[in-house]
Amino acid sequence: MYTPIKWYHPYASTADPCPPIEWKYYQTPPNLYLGFQPTGLPQFPLKEALYKGTLWPVLFDPYPSHVRGEDH
Amino acid sequence: MWYYEKKLQYPVKVSECNPRLAKFLIEQYGGADGELSAALRYLNQRYSIPDKVIGLLTDIGTEEFAHLEMIAAMVYKLTKDATPEQMKEAGLGAHYANHDHALFYHDAAGNPWTATYIQAKGDPIADLYEDIAAEEKARATYQWIINMSDDPCLNDSLKFLREREIVHSQRFREAVEILKQEQDKKKFY
Repeated sequence: MYTPIKWYHPYASTADPCPPIEWKYYQTPPNLYLGFQPTGLPQFPLKEALYKGTLWPVLFDPYPSHVRGEDH
Repeated sequence: MWYYEKKLQYPVKVSECNPRLAKFLIEQYGGADGELSAALRYLNQRYSIPDKVIGLLTDIGTEEFAHLEMIAAMVYKLTKDATPEQMKEAGLGAHYANHDHALFYHDAAGNPWTATYIQAKGDPIADLYEDIAAEEKARATYQWIINMSDDPCLNDSLKFLREREIVHSQRFREAVEILKQEQDKKKFY
């Protein structure tokens, strides 16, 4: 399933000076996956599109994203 | 040539005078991956790129100037009523000494804008790949600024600008697909 956010568990040493941040996250917006945009995709109503910054739900990527894995 | 519409692409509202946030935001004004760099990069690359994608560079380059204007409005509103003391506390003492409340094209650390931020290699694929990277870097910059900002009105405009970076990146990626296409084959999308 597509998630707009990915995560990894960086190595933490016992000798690190700061408390470790256990999980690191990075964004993977939908444009990375779409390829050449097919014709005839659904559109937002015009006013909503002007507000959101895109006409295309397939390219809309809210930030900060709240979709994360269950344990994160 | 251009026509000017005397309004912003998206409304800019600022909740409170906050020169510290202005100091971060100026990164998108005169920084390496800021809106000025973007506009000048794309509009300049247009002359030496295949005809099929010139229009795209014109459209996106023009929109970047609209974004530049939004950032300018934000920075101005965040600082216009700040006292010299407040400017100093926000880390803008050096800026105030040189520019008073004027805006200037420099990044969050005070480095003045330079043409070395942008490239024109003349190779269409190299140039478009730079453009895609620039859009992703600008998207990331907006994320880091949103993460540090607690101004919901300003964040609303910043989220709009971040979404535009995603759309622009998508269009540049499509431009690469067009230029990659084998010329003896017809392909319909």
